[in-house]
Amino acid sequence: MKTIDLSTASVRELNQALHEQHKQLTERDWVIAHPAGKHNIAVGIDEPLKIDIQGHAGYYCAGMNKKADVVVHGNVGVGVAENMMSGSVLVKGNASQSAGATGHGGLLVIEGDAGARCGISMKGIDIVVKGNIGHMSAFLGQAGRLVVLGDTGENLGDSLYEVHIYVKGKVKSLGSDCIEKEMRPEHLSELAELLQKAGVDEDPKAFRRYGSARNLYNFHVDNAAAY
Amino acid sequence: MCGIVGLYLKNKALEPRLGELFEPMLLSMTDRGPDSAGFAIYGDEVPEGAIKLTLQTEDAAFDWKGLVEKLEKKLGEKIDWFQNATAAVFKTKATEAAVRAAIAELAPDVHVMSVGRSIEILKGIGLPKDITERFTLKKMKGSHIIGHTRMATESAVTMEGSHPFSTGADLCLVHNGSLSNHYRIRQDLEREGIVFETENDSEVAAGYLTWRLKKGDTLAAALDGALKDLDGFFTFAIGTRDGFAVIRDPIACKPAVLAETDDYVAMASEYRAFTTLPGIENAKVWEPDPATLYVWERH
Repeated sequence: MKTIDLSTASVRELNQALHEQHKQLTERDWVIAHPAGKHNIAVGIDEPLKIDIQGHAGYYCAGMNKKADVVVHGNVGVGVAENMMSGSVLVKGNASQSAGATGHGGLLVIEGDAGARCGISMKGIDIVVKGNIGHMSAFLGQAGRLVVLGDTGENLGDSLYEVHIYVKGKVKSLGSDCIEKEMRPEHLSELAELLQKAGVDEDPKAFRRYGSARNLYNFHVDNAAAY
Repeated sequence: MCGIVGLYLKNKALEPRLGELFEPMLLSMTDRGPDSAGFAIYGDEVPEGAIKLTLQTEDAAFDWKGLVEKLEKKLGEKIDWFQNATAAVFKTKATEAAVRAAIAELAPDVHVMSVGRSIEILKGIGLPKDITERFTLKKMKGSHIIGHTRMATESAVTMEGSHPFSTGADLCLVHNGSLSNHYRIRQDLEREGIVFETENDSEVAAGYLTWRLKKGDTLAAALDGALKDLDGFFTFAIGTRDGFAVIRDPIACKPAVLAETDDYVAMASEYRAFTTLPGIENAKVWEPDPATLYVWERH
């Protein structure tokens, strides 16, 4: 196990050391001490490392993550796990806005609340939030699953493509073209699997499912005459 | 961009250390706003019936003593005063209107930064470090303080365009964001008699609050009106005689984070500003909701 202390090392040095693991995977376990809300901690990881961040992190923590499992023992700023490709990111505290934005894969678990625009333009990432999420979450979401145990802000799933959204709490309002959908057996099993992966002990039957009405994202041929 | 920070002490025992606790918070936001900086500190309150004015001039060699003597003669009231670098604090029993009129006549280049019983606004252009050192923030005492580091987008980098902006007696505003309808609102407010010193959009927000409060609105009602009437991006921190308030626009693009312990409430654009505060490891840390007013005041 290797410890990097950000009260003495720079974030650039930290990320360089993590990226060096491309060449020779000699060290899988990393501890990052005194993150002090710094931005860009552990971004662009490309190997199956285990990274333990011991405190609050700033913007874009674990951004573009591939294969690594990252745990943050605190809150994170804007854009945690943005554009994640694979692997996992677990946030023990709250996340600011745009958590998991544009993520292609992997699992993001937030134990506290997530701010506005959680999962904006998500493209395959799975996001599980134990608390509440803010407004415009899953906006333009193309693929992946968003699970929320708490309540959501306004305009959930606005202009949604094919993201599956599961919410246990209250939905403040649905965005354009987002509708509630029937919870069929395949959805219950999909959700059960996600909850289990995220280490959450909840009954899938307590959730409601939301998805795209698919009226918005294809050109409506009846409108062709207008051109 | 810009950085905003605030610190409100619940524990009076920390009051002698307010400046020392706040300085690293402001400096940590230097990369969000290296153009200019400022702060509004509350403390050293004058008794009821008296007022305290913070004045500033670009002229480092300005003769404050001479101005005090002329003012005392003109106003027929004694002025307690001290100088702090390019600023001076005057305490007097004369009325605000009389003092303002006399200063405008005797020393037109002197800017009135703030008026109230507790507030002192100090600001200027340059790196935040230059400003905190110029005014020796580290040694200042008080109950609460808000500050700003500016990266100008909407108007010129000048001392007058720096934050905080005064919005009335013991009230001030710092702003992170940009307003898109400030030109029109400025015209409306000018018709209502509000006077602006700069082309700055944040000054319009301050003027808007001044106008609403003058009409008799509570701070909460004035801020509720701001949510409806101001178009654009904003996180505001508002200093009041007894505490401070935080509000974000409904879109909430501009960041804000809050931290609370038994000893204090702190707000900042980013968590990085909190790392030097005592007991921050165990503080409650969260992001304020959009279009929601948060207020901490002593009663």
